[in-house]
Amino acid sequence: MRRLRHWGPGLLLLSPSLILLAVFVYGLIAWTTKVSVSDEHNALGSKGFVGLDNYTKLFTNDINDRFTHSLRNLLIFTVVFLAGAMFFGLLWAFILERGVRAEGFFRTVYLFPMAVSFVASGVVWRWLMNPNTGDNAGGLNSVLGGLGLDFLQNTWWTNPDWGMAAMAIPAIWQLSGYVMALFLAGFRGIPQELREAAAMDGASTYRLYRNVIFPQLTPVALSALIIIGHMSMKMFDLIMSVSGPQWLTEVPAIYVWQTLLTSDYAKAAAISIILLLLVAVVIVPYLIYTNRQEKNA
Amino acid sequence: MAFKPVKDGGRGGRTRFTRRAAVAAVGVAALLTAGACGSSDDSSGGGSGSSKVEVFTWWADGGEKAGLDGLVKQFGTDCAGQTFENGAVAGGAGANAKSVLASRLQQGDPPDTFQAHAGAELQDYINAGQIEDLSADYDSWGLKQAFPQGLIDNLTVEGKIYSVPANIHRANVVWTNKKVLAEAGITKDPTDLAGFIADLDKVKAKGIKAPLAVGKDWTQLMLFESVLITDLGPDKFTGLWTGATDWNDAGVTKAINDFKQLLTYTNTDRDALDWTDAEKLVMDGKAAYQLMGDWEAADLDAKKFTDYAWFTFPGNGDTFQWLADSFVLPKGAKNPEGTKCWLKTVGSAAGQKAFNTTKGSIPARTDATPGDYPKYQQAAMADWKSFKQVPSCAHGSACSQGWQGAANSALGKFSTNQDVAELQKAMATAASEFVKK
Repeated sequence: MRRLRHWGPGLLLLSPSLILLAVFVYGLIAWTTKVSVSDEHNALGSKGFVGLDNYTKLFTNDINDRFTHSLRNLLIFTVVFLAGAMFFGLLWAFILERGVRAEGFFRTVYLFPMAVSFVASGVVWRWLMNPNTGDNAGGLNSVLGGLGLDFLQNTWWTNPDWGMAAMAIPAIWQLSGYVMALFLAGFRGIPQELREAAAMDGASTYRLYRNVIFPQLTPVALSALIIIGHMSMKMFDLIMSVSGPQWLTEVPAIYVWQTLLTSDYAKAAAISIILLLLVAVVIVPYLIYTNRQEKNA
Repeated sequence: MAFKPVKDGGRGGRTRFTRRAAVAAVGVAALLTAGACGSSDDSSGGGSGSSKVEVFTWWADGGEKAGLDGLVKQFGTDCAGQTFENGAVAGGAGANAKSVLASRLQQGDPPDTFQAHAGAELQDYINAGQIEDLSADYDSWGLKQAFPQGLIDNLTVEGKIYSVPANIHRANVVWTNKKVLAEAGITKDPTDLAGFIADLDKVKAKGIKAPLAVGKDWTQLMLFESVLITDLGPDKFTGLWTGATDWNDAGVTKAINDFKQLLTYTNTDRDALDWTDAEKLVMDGKAAYQLMGDWEAADLDAKKFTDYAWFTFPGNGDTFQWLADSFVLPKGAKNPEGTKCWLKTVGSAAGQKAFNTTKGSIPARTDATPGDYPKYQQAAMADWKSFKQVPSCAHGSACSQGWQGAANSALGKFSTNQDVAELQKAMATAASEFVKK
């Protein structure tokens, strides 16, 4: 009873946002789930419950294995994008942390791409990575050609073997600054005493970073991975506006869109729910881990 | 689960980064992952006044809007006492309109008439029993005599006709850059594939690496369909979409191989280009040919490029591959009388003239006066009268939307891996899934 009294005012204050969350997030997830187990196409309306048919069809009977192929594309994109953004983000942060002149200027330069919308940068990168080489080379290829680096010229995202990896380049350019900001905050959060203690014990710079500083950054690195990881899994606008070849660069989010265009709501809903579950699989263990850390702290 | 109070979860680089902030940031991000899509439904409510006709289209601007305005004017003359109500939903190449339409049909609140591609794309509405049979009206309005027989056959589903086409576009046309052809010493239009390939070689010898310009998936599907018409003939081609012709046919294998050979003459960045990008290659003289629907004529004229010519895709003979926008009568329309008058106007000689002279298409009727139209359209109208009509999958007159999506993705894959057997199998699988049972 007392506990209830204790909760009352809080719940009252929270209720508007709780109701909004319930309706517009969980309500819509529930509704999408309902559509995904129906056979709702075009204007037909739902003829009722078809169980997991839409899901099994995606994995076993999708023409050209389009869905599994889009998952494969997503995996390549995510791996390359995470590796690139984490590497450059840590590198920039490390350089700035060591102290350079005009630190503010560099920080701005690295962070600036964050301010550009995905659509705008997608359009520019579309031109930069235009696959033409030789006489009518696209932006990047003509620069490489001009520098005499012809062997680096590439067909980028029309390359059948690693076109999807090329798609990650604009994403890396756009978000490594964000990862840098996270790491910088992490560096700042490490108590000065630790560094001093390490210095007193005569640790070399290498040992200091290897055994003292980097281990302290683990939670930050995990957060960064999770944040950009789930961004990557839902990536739509950037890939859409670079608009590479559909088959080579289609990811599930774009497949949802293409499916909606053909009014196949049930299939689109099924893909959405699978995507939601994939993101949940990434995020839930992280939440459990950090909650445990909080308790131990 | 208890809601823990969380401190300010700022996500900038300047706030002190705590684990809690990280949890908050990730938590918020996770909540934004909902894969749900809402469709805004702003039905124009009521409309029970029996003299209003709500016409639902995605023609909101450009030549299409001008065409619609012309139709509306004619409607005002022909149907005194009825008022036109514009239910246009702009954007998304009709995608937005389709989702609004679907939800309205489901709620039993249909507009009085809506725009749809004529032919197979109507199949879903017919199956759902959402649109009315107009066969009797076709007879009383004399449309069966006014439209060519091939079009009537393509429009007929199990003996009934459900829509009135407002315009006709042609798909199987090759557009050329006259200057490039003259430089390569080409003076005659090719009439078969062998001749076309010989001409492509001539242009290539002049140093133009990719004489045939194409764009991404659906433009490749159009090219593939033209090759299929050449190799199978119009009747067997139409059969591919009705189930009468087997996709595993040897003729289809030959067509895929021919298509593969044509791709060797095309630009390597084809999968990254839209049709207008491919058109630009022809305008710039970087290519000599492009297969595209006849909206290209209007587009080239608008871009002030005059040095172009056209011919029917080599080997298509006298086949006219058509696509059309049409109007239907939904079940439960509030004002069926007014709607029928609208449909009658759409199909009438005056209505078709008002619409097509501004939109850059040709009328579906064979009794129109050619003098009212620009040069290309006059040629197309003459062909429309005498040629054999076949439908197009890339533009919905031959196959449903789902089938189009499957075919586009199969061609996208083929463009990458050039696997003939795989493309044939994918197309056969799509046919078995989508063909009318």
